[in-house]
This record gives sequence, structure tokens and C-alpha cells, in this order.
Amino acid sequence: MSYEHRKIMFDPIVDNNPVILQVLGICSALAVTSKLSTTITMCIALTVVTALSNAAISVIRNQIPSSIRIIVQMTIISSLVIVTDQFIKAYAFTISKDLSVFVGLIITNCIVMGRAEAYAMKHPPLPSFLDGLGNGLGYSALLLVVGTVRELLGSGSLFGYPILLLERDGGWYVPNGLLLLPPSAFFLIGMIIWVVRSWKPAQVEEPEYRIYHAPRPEVAS
Amino acid sequence: MIDLINLFIKAVFVENLALTFFLGMCTFLAVSKQIGTALGLGIAVVVVQSLTIPINNLIYQFLIRDGALAWAGLSEMSLSFLGLISYISVIAAVVQVLEMFLDRYVPSLYNSLGIFLPLITVNCAILGGCLFMVERDYTFSESVTYGVGSGVGWALAIVAMAGVREKLKYSDIPAGLQGLGVAFITAGLMALGFMAFSGIQL
Repeated sequence: MSYEHRKIMFDPIVDNNPVILQVLGICSALAVTSKLSTTITMCIALTVVTALSNAAISVIRNQIPSSIRIIVQMTIISSLVIVTDQFIKAYAFTISKDLSVFVGLIITNCIVMGRAEAYAMKHPPLPSFLDGLGNGLGYSALLLVVGTVRELLGSGSLFGYPILLLERDGGWYVPNGLLLLPPSAFFLIGMIIWVVRSWKPAQVEEPEYRIYHAPRPEVAS
Repeated sequence: MIDLINLFIKAVFVENLALTFFLGMCTFLAVSKQIGTALGLGIAVVVVQSLTIPINNLIYQFLIRDGALAWAGLSEMSLSFLGLISYISVIAAVVQVLEMFLDRYVPSLYNSLGIFLPLITVNCAILGGCLFMVERDYTFSESVTYGVGSGVGWALAIVAMAGVREKLKYSDIPAGLQGLGVAFITAGLMALGFMAFSGIQL
């Protein structure tokens, strides 16, 4: 794998993360992360769909008339999502019940659409495939962090196996119920954004207004 | 009737699409910097939501669900795997038709909504609403109520969020949280606030 390809694939993980920098695909990042098993299923599903749709759209990119490109992209993406949905229903039925509508919502996940529109329409199939894979991995990296924190601190387990012994089972850990509620994902992602931007200051946004510190007025004595 | 009012209140407050299911978050965070534009987008979502959910409900009832094709003598056939692709096509088509209709008959509204209409096709709140309608097996009248209610709920949330963010831009925020970070935390606090509505029933 050449340097270029590696860069396309690994750039979106931290330097250009789809969720925290491009503001894409946030909906599902919040709703599916209360348990690690649903999180990981969602990550795999999204990565597969993004990579394959990018590759497929890139193969026919010169044949798509630009006036109907959104519909063409939608059709490709939704066919891939239907296959994924049926696959998850067939092999992981309980997880598909937990994910409820969120597998279907991959169709309107902005990462898939956004990468198809911004990258696959202009680049050949192999780089597009890698770009889709990389953005899927960037999304997965963030979701796995959020999912791990929420399940470990919220219910003291990982993948359903107890790690921190709960107080009600005779252990010491009192679970933090807030982390099982959906709003906690907002706080966690906010914190992750803070950490990443302190680590890479180039990503910090300029404030719209600066607070002006007026010079202290001279007081006649 | 009381059931429908109940469903409406539930769709607006208790099961608010933006703040309890986090649907349409991308637009919710990207277009909530000013109250005016947020209101425009909110109205567009209400209109599209109250058209697409009933239409998709008819498609679901008469074409897609198990045994729905009995009227055509094909009671063994199930087209349920075609659900997703039909719903998204209906949404795209409704948005397109609505855009042309507004352009022809209500140009003033068309100009103010202009850029937001095409964006709505890829707003997950719309598809999410349709999928919830299917999952909960609503009847036609329920789906009309749910469509209007969930749209109003989403519009309410984005306008409130824009109001908060208009004030927030004057505050002194740590550099790393500037912009997106603080928007996430604000949305989290609003979602906690909306949890207070849970359990309300008429």
C-alpha cells in the first residue's frame, strides 16, 4: 500500500474525523452507544456501507448526469443498506431489535452521502473505497470510545460481561445512571472534541466575538 | 379523538425526534446559529414530515406489509424488504414536487426556504419518522397526527437551540470547546431538560 493510500485511509481517524470535525453522522453516534455490542454492529455496518457505496458510485461517476446524481446515489446507498439490514436480521436478530430503526437510518447518515458527494464523484474507485473505509473507521473509533465509557461506567460491564462488580451484587461499584441516558453521549462527544482540539490546536474554531478587555480607567485621586 | 391528541403531545414533547431520538442532528447543529434560518428550516420540516409520513403509511398499508397485496390476489407475497428504498424515494419525490409547487405558486415562501428544501431529503428526522411509523404500525389518522406532531417537535427544538446559541456566542468559552464542542454540550443539557416531559399523558 503506497503512502498516498495510507494517508487517504488513516487521515479521517484523528486529523479529519467525520464526526467531530466534519459534523457528519452524529444522529446514530448518540443513539446506539449505550451498549458496546450494538455499537460495534453499527460501526461495522456503517463502514461496510460507506466503503462499498463510495466504490460503486466512483465506478459509474462519469455516467451519472449531475442533475439526478442525488437520486442515483440514494438508490445505490439504500440498496446496500437493505442488504446490510437483512444480513443483520438474519445473523444477529436480538441486536437488530436493539438497533431498531438506526440501521435503516444509515441511508440518511450524512457520512455516506457526504463522502459520496465530496470524494467518490471526483476520484477513481480504489482511493474512493479507501476513503470510505477510512471515514467509516474514524466514525467507529469515536463510537467505540463513547460506547466503552458508557457501558463500563453506566452498567459496569463490557459486551455484557461484568468488569466492575456492582454494589447490588455485593461488589463496590455504584453505576452512574446518567451514562445510560442518551444525553450523556452529547457530553462525552463534547469532551472528546475538547481533548482532540487541545491535542491538535489547528482544529480549534475561531470565536465569532472576542471579549474586549477595556483598559482600566484612570481614577483621579 | 383523545387518543390522537395524546399521540400529538407525545410526538411533540415526550418523543421529540431531535432531543430524545437525536434524529436530524447534523442539520440541527449546522443550521442552528440564527433563529430566523432555524425557523425557516423548521417550517420546511413540518410541511415535508406531515406529507411524507401519511403517504408512506398508505404505501406501507397497501403495498409493502406482509399480506398487503391481498387486494391484488397475491396474499402470499411480502415486499417488506423493499421498504427502505420506497420510503426514501417517496421522500425525495415529495421534496422535489414541493419545491416545484412552491416555486410556481408561492414564490415568496420558496425564496425564504430555498436552500433548505433539498437538504431535507437527507435529514434523518424525516426517514426516522417514517420508520417509527412503520415500526409502531400506525393507522392512517394516527400517521397524519404523528407526522404533524413530530415535525412541530423538531421545529420547536431547533428554534430553541438557535435561541440559546445566539446568546452563547457572546460568552467566553475555552478554546477547545469553541463552536462545535459547546454546541454538543448545550444540546445535551436541552435533552436532559426534555426528559422532564417523559411520562406525560392526557
